[in-house]
Amino acid sequence: MSKLNKNSSGYIFGFALLIILVCGVLLSVVSGALAERQYEERELERKKFILKAALGDKISDVEKDKISEMYSNLVKESVVNSSGETIDGVAANSVNLKNEYKKLEKNGSLKEGETIQLPMYQIMSEDGSSVDYYVMPTYGFGLWDNIWGYVALAKDLNTIQGLVLDHKGETPGLGARITEDKVQDRYRNDKKIFDGDKLVSVTMKKGEGNDYSDNPHAVDGMSGATLTADGVNNMIDNYMNLYLSFINANKK
Amino acid sequence: MSTETQAVEEVVKEREPLFSKKNRKLITNPLDADNPITVQVLGVCSALAVTVKLIPTLYMCISVLFVLVFSNVAISLLRNVIPGRIRIIVQLLVVASLVAVVDQVLQAYAYDVSKQLSVFVGLIITNCIIMGRLEAFALANKPGPALMDAIGNGLGYAAILIPVAFFRELLGSGSLFGFNILGEGYPGNGVMMSPVGACIVLGLLIWFQRSRNGYTEEA
Repeated sequence: MSKLNKNSSGYIFGFALLIILVCGVLLSVVSGALAERQYEERELERKKFILKAALGDKISDVEKDKISEMYSNLVKESVVNSSGETIDGVAANSVNLKNEYKKLEKNGSLKEGETIQLPMYQIMSEDGSSVDYYVMPTYGFGLWDNIWGYVALAKDLNTIQGLVLDHKGETPGLGARITEDKVQDRYRNDKKIFDGDKLVSVTMKKGEGNDYSDNPHAVDGMSGATLTADGVNNMIDNYMNLYLSFINANKK
Repeated sequence: MSTETQAVEEVVKEREPLFSKKNRKLITNPLDADNPITVQVLGVCSALAVTVKLIPTLYMCISVLFVLVFSNVAISLLRNVIPGRIRIIVQLLVVASLVAVVDQVLQAYAYDVSKQLSVFVGLIITNCIIMGRLEAFALANKPGPALMDAIGNGLGYAAILIPVAFFRELLGSGSLFGFNILGEGYPGNGVMMSPVGACIVLGLLIWFQRSRNGYTEEA
């Protein structure tokens, strides 16, 4: 070792190569070994979000290992397209929401010639005879990075039963508040997406602390996070429009 | 790399026991008199950011301790073979790899916590305590003392973060470890929930510690 010139370029390159190899192998082994568990955790979260959007507080006491069981008992998965037709042979959990989102134009309409796959989760009543809630995944862009959520509509496909929102990189304490129950519960207040036959969606307003209980299309905003709220508004509006054909076809 | 390690060990002739008085100081000093956060004022960013609740804070402390111990020992083992010109990059690579491992493990076994900590796990890479210990200690010391030093500094980090998180969770959300303490009627305190609260609590801790230890700023 001592004979080697540690400042020679050869040694430096050799050393760099070796340590990169060691670290690289270590990381790929760890990542490979944990991949399955991480997938399970993500799946569990998806199921929990879907149930929580529809059932709200009722599932907050449900234990972690009961979620999957509850999900398989209550939820009927399917995938539809923007014309409201069911796409056969595609599993709802195999739809990559992020990739599907990329098929949208800036204004939220579908790019020309594209067909989008939209997962549809129907929460059945306990006896399985009728649909209680429709849960629709949504995807969008907040202030800094992607945001996504699950919007649950009641039987009438008009009233918002509830929603769950999540994000990748919104500002902690400001935009990141969309993950808080306190913020999400603002949508759980008899908000409606239709005004008559017209889809108007629900908008989170600028400013915080205002009372919108008499306006079915507005919810109180988050102070200091108006741009994240705009992202949420666009996301809900875009996806309700994408699901519109399905909604109209199934509306009672 | 094992041959390189042995070469280092052979050079070392005189051995001192791992728990000699000098080595024990390496653990106890960072806990108080030479605390990385309150005295050296390093790693404050994460101390402000992840101390809203106790549980994520505990995970953060364990993660930092893990990264600090393994990187300190690894760099100490490699200290005689790392080319001086790329030593910072090598340190970063080792730290970044360990942090990636921690992140992966958290995602697999503590998914909720890993989501709460979000970017701050990744930001352990830039935690000045870790790079500081590697540069100041591991590069010049044997693995044994480096291990002690890492444990000491990791615990010193935890010794500040946990009290900060304790006060912030108690006053901010009226709970401890997620269990409600102050009753349902407690309205919560927005300042304590925000990093501003951490800044205040940390400042008070530094004040308390300095007045107790009789610390004075060198002129």
